[in-house]
Amino acid sequence: MKTDTIAAISTPLSSSGIGIVRLSGDEAISVADKIFRKAGGGSLSDAQTHTIHYGRVWDKDGMVDEVLVMLMRSPRSFTTEDTVEINCHGGVYVMKRVLQAALENGAVMAAPGEYTKRAFLNGRIDLSQAEAVMDLIQSQNQYAMEASLAQLGGEVSQKIRELRDQILYEIAYIESALDDPEHISLDGFGDNLYKKIEVLLITCDDLIRSFRNGRIIREGINTVILGKPNAGKSSVMNRILGEERAIVTDIAGTTRDTLEEPVNLGGFSLNMIDTAGIHETEDKVEKIGIERALSSAEKADMILYIIDGLSGASEEDVQLLDRLKEKKTIVLWNKSDQIASEEETVSLQLPINSVYYDELNKLTEKIIPFSAVTGEGLSELIDLIHQMFYDGDIGIKHQFYITNERHVDALREAAESLKLVLESIKDQMPEDFYSIDLMNAYACLGSIIGESVEDDLVNEIFSKFCMGK
Amino acid sequence: MKNNFMEMIDIAVVGAGHAGCEAALACARLGFKTVVFTVSVNSIALMPCNPNIGGSSKGHLVRELDALGGEMGKVIDKTFIQSKMLNQSKGPAVHSLRAQADKAEYTREMRKVLENQKNLTIKQAEICELLTEDAEIGADGHSRKKVIGLKTHTGRTYGCKAVVLCTGTYLRARCLCGETITYTGPNGLQAANYLTESLKSIGVEMLRFKTGTPARIDKRSIDFTKMEEQKGDERVVPFSFTTDPEDIQKDQISCWLTYTNEETHQIIRENLHRSPLYAGVIEGTGPRYCPSIEDKVVKFVDKDRHQVFIEPEGEHTNEMYIGGMSSSLPEEVQYKMYRTVPGLENAQIVRNAYAIEYDCINPVQLKSSLEFKRIDGLFSGGQFNGSSGYEEAAAQGLVAGINAARKLQGKSPLILDRSQAYIGVLIDDLVTKENHEPYRMMTSRAEYRLLLRQDNADIRLTPIGYEIGLIDEERYNRVNEKVRLVDEEVHRLEKTTVGANPKTQEFLQRHGSTELKSGINLAELIKRPELDYEMTAELDPKRPTLAEDVKEQVNINLKYDGYIKRQLQQVKQFKKLEGKRIPEDIDYFQVNSLRKEAVQKLTLYQPLSIGQASRISGVSPADISVLLVYLEQRKG
Repeated sequence: MKTDTIAAISTPLSSSGIGIVRLSGDEAISVADKIFRKAGGGSLSDAQTHTIHYGRVWDKDGMVDEVLVMLMRSPRSFTTEDTVEINCHGGVYVMKRVLQAALENGAVMAAPGEYTKRAFLNGRIDLSQAEAVMDLIQSQNQYAMEASLAQLGGEVSQKIRELRDQILYEIAYIESALDDPEHISLDGFGDNLYKKIEVLLITCDDLIRSFRNGRIIREGINTVILGKPNAGKSSVMNRILGEERAIVTDIAGTTRDTLEEPVNLGGFSLNMIDTAGIHETEDKVEKIGIERALSSAEKADMILYIIDGLSGASEEDVQLLDRLKEKKTIVLWNKSDQIASEEETVSLQLPINSVYYDELNKLTEKIIPFSAVTGEGLSELIDLIHQMFYDGDIGIKHQFYITNERHVDALREAAESLKLVLESIKDQMPEDFYSIDLMNAYACLGSIIGESVEDDLVNEIFSKFCMGK
Repeated sequence: MKNNFMEMIDIAVVGAGHAGCEAALACARLGFKTVVFTVSVNSIALMPCNPNIGGSSKGHLVRELDALGGEMGKVIDKTFIQSKMLNQSKGPAVHSLRAQADKAEYTREMRKVLENQKNLTIKQAEICELLTEDAEIGADGHSRKKVIGLKTHTGRTYGCKAVVLCTGTYLRARCLCGETITYTGPNGLQAANYLTESLKSIGVEMLRFKTGTPARIDKRSIDFTKMEEQKGDERVVPFSFTTDPEDIQKDQISCWLTYTNEETHQIIRENLHRSPLYAGVIEGTGPRYCPSIEDKVVKFVDKDRHQVFIEPEGEHTNEMYIGGMSSSLPEEVQYKMYRTVPGLENAQIVRNAYAIEYDCINPVQLKSSLEFKRIDGLFSGGQFNGSSGYEEAAAQGLVAGINAARKLQGKSPLILDRSQAYIGVLIDDLVTKENHEPYRMMTSRAEYRLLLRQDNADIRLTPIGYEIGLIDEERYNRVNEKVRLVDEEVHRLEKTTVGANPKTQEFLQRHGSTELKSGINLAELIKRPELDYEMTAELDPKRPTLAEDVKEQVNINLKYDGYIKRQLQQVKQFKKLEGKRIPEDIDYFQVNSLRKEAVQKLTLYQPLSIGQASRISGVSPADISVLLVYLEQRKG
């Protein structure tokens, strides 16, 4: 259920020490309560205004970040509405996940200038600032235009129109039958609709997924570095970053948190996330790290999987890669310098000699011998990434995509509504309930291409269905 | 002239159709000396088209009207000959009551109510002129008039403080049957030919709409063995909340179903050029939802047959209404066409099908109170406002009548919003949306239809009817008591836990429901699709004895709780925008950055609130933002 509570990242979208996700509106506190677990228990709803709370933000995949939350109750806030500011770690990835969690729990994406607009409308800003607010709103108008027309490729709006037409037809069918039950029957309608909606959902999902491709161009490839403890993940990351960032030690399990770094590799950028080493562990603190690593991997565009060339691949590696086989994964066979120099050591091996070689090959894009020390394999890696993302089967260059956060948000809501229709059909709810969620999906899709609902439905009913006495 | 009226009254109602009757009754019941004018006393509450009241969404209107203190529901309960709750297999929001009426009885019964109403006089006369004087210039800077009386065609003048126009399809009416054109109202009744000019002269913008009706056929010439019988419900549910269901259980009369065929369609196609609509003779705009059989055949080429409902016009007449086959084709073609339909091979036509054209207004000229924006004291309702249907007419008539009376009482008008009633949706649509055809109510027009059910119309609106003064104390108390019982029972069910014991599991198994892992409250159990309130009685030994209507509310409130909550949330947001009022003296030309189209539309419609403004086509969300900012600035 969407409210008119808005949410946005209110600090610059770049890696910085701290990032703030801000919520404002009647439901700000209750939305925050759904995603924030206060250390020591208790909820924000019971907290006093102008207080700071320590705890963690969770989304459906697990813990997202440790945060400080500031609570400002109406009217003592910038917008004069209930406001919650979540201070999280400033990585782009983390901020987006916190924002996404808020959106998934009832907040809506704030439009540009909306906080200021609300502050103004609620009498918080004085008249001298009115002109600036006008400008903001006008830019919003322009933004909406551009977002609707220019930002969307012709093919995308075409696809969305097709989706809308199909949804509208189904609503009109139901509504005609409700208005004229003696002329139009709904026998067997639910089963047919179920199949049709499944198809519509595939299109929605394709569009939502295309957002990822659009984002890759704009913001870089979200890259997660995985591997067993001490495989050399941090060293690999540092090699790619070209500087020492992560803590590098020889004690397994040193890196407990995900670290996020953007790096430009000539023509494209990688957002690198280093993770705690993955292995079966009893260490509780570390276990959380592993789960987080896996959940980071879920959302990654690409995984660099590090295998220690000295100890070679293990059953564990294969199992893990199997869990991630839907992902684009490159294996870096690390410490290749040591393989070459210490050839008398029996434990050293070339990838090709590993008993798991075939399986690794099947589960991943390629296995590249790599040396974090000498940089061997780095240029091969860069070429491969370029090939995979820019000429390869993702085919970014040639495909249309959704690039706008507001659009993808609307698409997600439309997809959610369509899923609710499927639920209603499964629960054998009467057909009039289908139209509620179908209409919502229709309206959401309309907001992407800048079309409102108005009299579409009534027109559709009369043009497609023969009604009346 | 001004002080020289032959008779002084409080309120004049012009027209005694479904809108006029409700308007006149409301005014008189609220204590005002009222005269209702009609071209023919015999046409009071006439049903010149379909012989039924209610149907999808229209049934809702009748229930709402009844809860506010209207008459239609009571009269149809006394005069129905068949009754059906439509859409019973669907959700409660779209259940809709429809009753076949005995037309003659309906007219007689309503006339009796009017004749016996204190403060109300019936006068057979054609009103030809509205008398006005200049009023103060309005807040929008536009000149205004004020209604002071009216004049009949025979020259009698009446002075009054308010007028409610409910002229239906009578203004400059003409009926078309093929090439034959007669200048009459429905059923050959006299048209009202003068009022249009008078209205135009005081600045009222007129439109021309059309509608049509099928033939009536002599029952004795119909072979019903070739048709499917359509019976009424076993158990009849009344329209009016004041009618005891036990009083209206009776033998019902059936309707019959048959179909057109390729031969019918062929005849229609061959004669299309003789249909006034297709020959370009008809100038009025017709309704898409009530197409003539010509329209259906032309528009829906791929349908090889259309349904035809044969409905009795009453208990003591042989005339049968041929639902689904309205037409304006010439008489001889009508004979040929009807006689292709199975069962109608030997049909004898009593009354020909015809199309009718009439003058009505562009309802943009009205406020939400149904008073003209620029003519003080002039109200209107019904088909005159560009709607269609008896129920739509009655609902507007009631609101127009109530508001005329409230104006005289010095009270604020009754304006129902879209989250309160279908009546609110109906009037809001009429006064804010561009209307190119007679407007018909539909459930899909109500955004919050899950809340606006026909079963809870009494709960929603009786308190308002009481506040207005059309509902008595006893009825008001009864509704309050019902609400209390429903709340109490819902609360009790939420607190009553059933354990995962063998008895419960056996019950669940029997009803194909998943067994419990642990205890659960009854309210949760009732929410399961395969269960309901009634079924769970056996698990609930402490259940009190409650009336049927209370049980119904409990069941619906619990079963659809999730959906209802979502709608309430939407209503909350809707109310926010409705609550932001726009001052009457706003000059949209002074609002920078509004788009031109928006300026024009807003100036024309003069919305009361930001919410209403946002529904006007041609006003974009960005325009609304601009408007909000402007209003804030003004405050400062």
